[in-house]
Amino acid sequence: MSNSKLSLVLKGLIKENPTFVLVLGTCPTLGTTTSAINGLGMGVATMAVLIMSNAVIAMIKNLIPDKVRIPAFIVVIASFVTVIDMLMQAFVPSLYAALGVFIPLIVVNCIILGRAEAFASKNGVLDSALDGLGIGLGFTLSLTTIGCVREILGSGAVFGLSLGIADYMPLVFVLAPGGFLVYGFLMVLFNKYLKK
Amino acid sequence: MEYFAIIIGAIFVNNVVLAQFLGICPFLGVSSKVETSMGMGAAVTFVMALSSVVVWLIQEYVLAPLGIEFMQTIVFILVIAALVQMVEIVLKKVSPALYQALGIFLPLITTNCAVLGVALLMVQKEYGLLEGLIYSTSTALGFAVALVLFAGMRERLEFEEVPKVFDGVPIALITAALLAMAFMGFSGLV
Repeated sequence: MSNSKLSLVLKGLIKENPTFVLVLGTCPTLGTTTSAINGLGMGVATMAVLIMSNAVIAMIKNLIPDKVRIPAFIVVIASFVTVIDMLMQAFVPSLYAALGVFIPLIVVNCIILGRAEAFASKNGVLDSALDGLGIGLGFTLSLTTIGCVREILGSGAVFGLSLGIADYMPLVFVLAPGGFLVYGFLMVLFNKYLKK
Repeated sequence: MEYFAIIIGAIFVNNVVLAQFLGICPFLGVSSKVETSMGMGAAVTFVMALSSVVVWLIQEYVLAPLGIEFMQTIVFILVIAALVQMVEIVLKKVSPALYQALGIFLPLITTNCAVLGVALLMVQKEYGLLEGLIYSTSTALGFAVALVLFAGMRERLEFEEVPKVFDGVPIALITAALLAMAFMGFSGLV
């Protein structure tokens, strides 16, 4: 992989991190990170949709009249979300139940439409897929991190493995206020140590 | 009594923003002033009530009889997008004053995941038409309540000296956490 392609993938991790820098897709970020595994699942599902929709939109970008491009993008994205929805329902039913309404709501995740509009509608198929991979990895990493922190603080476990400290942990971190709080403080740490 | 439970549940107990994490983008984006947040709240209430009726009719008379419920996501998002566009056009013609007040917020609503989220939840909960309408309207009111309260807090925050790394979104999120904690007091009410 050449250097420019690699940087295309890596930029999503820190420099253009969708969660902490661009602050996009905040609803699933808060809603699904009650545990590390849920955050990871949501991240991977979003990444899969993002890679495929980016690639397809890059393929058909010249066929879509400029005026109706947003509805056309939404249809492409919604189709892939439906595919992922059905696949998850069939193969990982427990994760599907945990993520609930947030799976179909990947359609209105602004990261995906944002990348379609800002990147895939101007670039080639391979580059667009790599861009989707990079941004998707950044999203997955952030969600998993938030999920880990909330799971440790809230239920004293990591990826479902109990650390034996559950009795001492405030449950509030798994509930709604903890989501806002952990997201806010992690963003502060991100701004302080990683953002240039 | 049943309707009352739906209303209180949707506005306070399961507040759409602070408990269900839907519609966070406009919650963070359009909440710097009380006045604009009221405009946004009104626009969302209007669209959510309207879209819930249309979505319910489509689900009941098109998707379910044909057995193509898996098309829900695609159909609903297109319906909502078209509806928002139509509301914009109609308002412009019929009530220019209301259009002036809501105008700039309307296009933003298509990307408000709360609208699609409520449509999907309403179908999931198997509400009837009236129940669905009440549920979606009170959810939207809950959104407006959270938004206006939050805007009030942020207006005050503007005059405070916040550490540089906390400035902007982080402090807003932490403020939202406190508000969410306050709303947890309502849990168990219904």
